[in-house]
Amino acid sequence: MSDGGKYDAIVIGVSAGGLKALRFLIPELPVGFQIPIVIVQHISAHSDGSWIHLLSKEGNRIIKEADEKEEIKKEVIYVAPPNYHLMIERDKTFALDIDEKVNYARPSIDVLFESAAEAYRDRLIGIILTGSGADGAKGLKRIKDRGGLTIAQDPAEAESASMPTAAIAATQVDHILSLRDIVDLLVEIENTHQ
Amino acid sequence: MALIDLTGPDIELLLTTLYRQYGYDFRQYSEAHVRRRIMNRFILSGLNSMTDMQARVQNDNKFAALLLQDLSITVTEMFRDPEFYRSLREKVIPILKTYSFIKVWHAGCSTGEEAYSMAILLKEAGLYDRTTIYATDFNQQALDHAREGIFSNELIKDYTINYQRSGGPESFSSYYTSQYNMVIIDQSLKKNIVWANHNLVTDSVFAEVHLILCRNVLIYFNKDLQNRVQTLFLDSLINGGMLCLGTKESLRFGEFEDRYLEIDRKQKVFKKKY
Ligand SMILES: C[S@@+](CC[C@H](N)C(=O)[O-])C[C@H]1O[C@@H](n2cnc3c(N)ncnc32)[C@H](O)[C@@H]1O
Repeated sequence: MSDGGKYDAIVIGVSAGGLKALRFLIPELPVGFQIPIVIVQHISAHSDGSWIHLLSKEGNRIIKEADEKEEIKKEVIYVAPPNYHLMIERDKTFALDIDEKVNYARPSIDVLFESAAEAYRDRLIGIILTGSGADGAKGLKRIKDRGGLTIAQDPAEAESASMPTAAIAATQVDHILSLRDIVDLLVEIENTHQ
Repeated sequence: MALIDLTGPDIELLLTTLYRQYGYDFRQYSEAHVRRRIMNRFILSGLNSMTDMQARVQNDNKFAALLLQDLSITVTEMFRDPEFYRSLREKVIPILKTYSFIKVWHAGCSTGEEAYSMAILLKEAGLYDRTTIYATDFNQQALDHAREGIFSNELIKDYTINYQRSGGPESFSSYYTSQYNMVIIDQSLKKNIVWANHNLVTDSVFAEVHLILCRNVLIYFNKDLQNRVQTLFLDSLINGGMLCLGTKESLRFGEFEDRYLEIDRKQKVFKKKY
């Protein structure tokens, strides 16, 4: 998929306060935004996925649960299904895993981020948004170690500061930004490099 | 400790050694899954390089056994996905009732929770006495645990909720006895379960089965291996026999979709065409 452009995918990890943050962020991205986005939101094992329909409608774009072996496509936003870890293969398809919870979570942000970092190396953007706990901190570090771009939501703005705070403590993140500024940065990256 | 770079060839070499020396073939498993397990073991064991790890696998049986356990993800639950069990009660049991004896195959049964759940369903439907459940896995440690039928008290709380959500009519506690912080599965549920070591990669078909459950196993396989296993299932089922996959698994690859009817699309229950 690396046809020009600097980045081939964006991964986002979000927990408590996440739906609100995503409901702001996604509709603000221009329709036709190319870089695929993969999201782990901590959700209950029995979630019926109605939050995905809501986001899809409000954001006016395709948002879907990732299926195993599904190929990652431009312009699409994928979310991890409830009660499975989501991983990305080096051939840019999805893999699911029902292994033990990681950081009390399944899906876990670390699991997605670590696999994505291996699959995309320096062609990946990792973003940690609002959330309690510390899931995602290790994963964001892996993205940084593999040369990707790392972003944390400004803890002062985040509804729940601990996840971005933990990420910032674990990694020298490239940007600490408000949601508004994250949107602007992503749009700028898409416009100048893609 | 520095972050290692685990290349494709590193993984291949390790898996080839596991296969040649120990007979377990993970070469057609999901690479992301295998990579994650190898990395975790690498860090846990405080190794310094992939050369070290390769040497350990070659020279240290105990280490290899650990890695084999790592690669076999045995996480399971009784009545996992209650809606699926509701579908079994409502859509599958009525079909099974038409047979005078019933053969069920749980492929990848792990520590047995799924097979015991099935035994409970069949008992409640009055079918257990004419059923044989073949519960298979390639992980002997998991099978030994399954055969014992002893589970921790902690887990039973969740299993009880699952059971109730699946539409279970009885008191769940009638299916086990408590001892200290463990529970022992009722003897009557064990009598028609045959636990057997079977490797989906290398072993062959089971004959004339009415129902196959293989849930959350195929997600770890690549497409080629999935196809091999689907052929195995197709050849093992009687015409009109049923196949149940995990909630996030499907028949959509290969030529298998045409060979089945959908009994429950959402819960992934299929029926082999005549
Ligand atoms: C995640 S568990 C699924 C347990 C249960 N079916 C469930 O859904 O709750 C996966 C099981 O598949 C088994 N397995 C993996 N590869 C296998 C193979 N090649 N042959 C037989 N069993 C295998 C593992 O040992 C493990 O017990």
